[in-house]
Amino acid sequence: MNPALLLIGISFLAALALGIRARRGHPMTLEQWSVGGRGFGTVFVFVLMAGEIYTTFTFLGGSGWAYGKGAPAFYILCYGTLAYGMSYFLLPVIWRYANAHALVSQADFFVQKYESESLGVIVSLVSVAAMIPYLVLQLKGLGIIVSEASAGAISAGQAVWAGSVVLVIYVVASGVRGSAWTAVLKDILILAVALVLGIYLPAQLHGGYGAMFADINRAHPGFLTLPRTGMSPAWFISTVVLTTLGFYMWPHTFGSCYTARNENVFRRNAVVMPLYQLVLLFVFFTGFAALLEVPGLTGTSVDLSLLRVTRHAFGPWMLGVVGAAGLLTALVPGSMLLMSACTILSKNVYAKLASPEIPEAEVTRLARALVPAVALVSVLLTLRGGSTLVKLLLAAYNVVTQLFPALMLSLPNRPIASRQGAIAGILAGEATVAALTLTGATMESLFPSWPAVITDLNVGIIAMLVNVVVLFVVSGLTGRRPTVPQTAL
Amino acid sequence: MKWYRWLAVVPAIGMLGGVPFANRVTPYVLGLPFLLFWVTAWVVLTSVIMWIIYVLDRAREPRTERERP
Repeated sequence: MNPALLLIGISFLAALALGIRARRGHPMTLEQWSVGGRGFGTVFVFVLMAGEIYTTFTFLGGSGWAYGKGAPAFYILCYGTLAYGMSYFLLPVIWRYANAHALVSQADFFVQKYESESLGVIVSLVSVAAMIPYLVLQLKGLGIIVSEASAGAISAGQAVWAGSVVLVIYVVASGVRGSAWTAVLKDILILAVALVLGIYLPAQLHGGYGAMFADINRAHPGFLTLPRTGMSPAWFISTVVLTTLGFYMWPHTFGSCYTARNENVFRRNAVVMPLYQLVLLFVFFTGFAALLEVPGLTGTSVDLSLLRVTRHAFGPWMLGVVGAAGLLTALVPGSMLLMSACTILSKNVYAKLASPEIPEAEVTRLARALVPAVALVSVLLTLRGGSTLVKLLLAAYNVVTQLFPALMLSLPNRPIASRQGAIAGILAGEATVAALTLTGATMESLFPSWPAVITDLNVGIIAMLVNVVVLFVVSGLTGRRPTVPQTAL
Repeated sequence: MKWYRWLAVVPAIGMLGGVPFANRVTPYVLGLPFLLFWVTAWVVLTSVIMWIIYVLDRAREPRTERERP
């Protein structure tokens, strides 16, 4: 066995052991399985949330976009930062309400606020629909890592199958506490790897950052700035705004904010977390260093650039270490996503639609039973291929961001939107996203004669506008408040 | 809303509003092309601004509430 695969295998076994160990001594109720019993302190929540944010997307996708597109990749640095600023005000409000009503999932929040079980089911289905491409992204990453580590002996397709089996075993064995412990291991490893690659490679290959960027600017003029059209400043700004709004709409991010012990945790995180974003710089540096060192990757294979340059510059052992870090970065968010999707389908969709009350034990059993099924769907979608990691995430963001208007308008004590307005807005927004995605429309194809400032905008803006307009119109027609008086006043 | 909380919109305006003007390679700052430096500087400034808001918020909270676990 080659050393790279050996190291990756060991890191998987370590993650599995940590996961199983963490579960011991805790009875596995649904709440235990999905929000860790609400007992996490500051450091743990910090690690848990950071763990979710540093995914295959930032590690392989971020370096891949720096390699393939250059400056447009910088958007990744922006949206997380601005979302943390927003979290200072948003998360305490959500946490307070969720805690007072003992909510477990994101959908519970909408159900409670709008007093509408059907809205809860819709939100659940939307969030699962958004999580699938995100999960596909993790599996694709696992495939890339294992396949590169084996120097092509294992195909990416086989690796995706293997990776998803690994993910299923991991999720069924450990639940959220497993994610938290592995996140600790992963965060240390990924930080070390990113720093080593991002500092050593530019210094070794180019003689420092300034020299590296000057070399790139000479070889590829215009690569380090946003182009005048296409991924222009207008694209950049609209994409950052949309992804910032969507950042906390993910059920796993939303749900993990329930695990905080008190609301000050979020305020402190809002101060500290932007600095954590700086790790992304080193991922970009690695992608840029790869550009001149291992040129020629195009299309979706730009996502290989970090691993290629690692093998090129260090050889198989280091590739193993980087692959192990990469495996964990796919495993932690992947397990979170898989677990959230299954819990949601079982608890917030199936249990709500089934007529008699279902015992909690059965809901838990169903959630577990769904794990392989959801994984299988994701594998099949992964094998269809065709998108870079960043493109996949941007597509998923368009879906999930549609929840933002209804969430924001529910936050005041008297929701500004009506139940019907919220439902209509979300459905109209998602229908628009679906139509735009299926037709492959862009602003440019929709409005060919408009100036570039408009046609470069992220097309998700249209879906958002449709959503908001429908939400307000329907809310206006049906009255601002839910028609049933609030019982908990 | 307390006035200083409006500071939180400064990073968004600075980081994004500045992009059309900062979209250039030179001057290099700390070895970074100017656009990357601009964005990076705002990441750090976001943290600083949120810290200022945090400190001002804490100063206004009654001590009993502050000490609650």
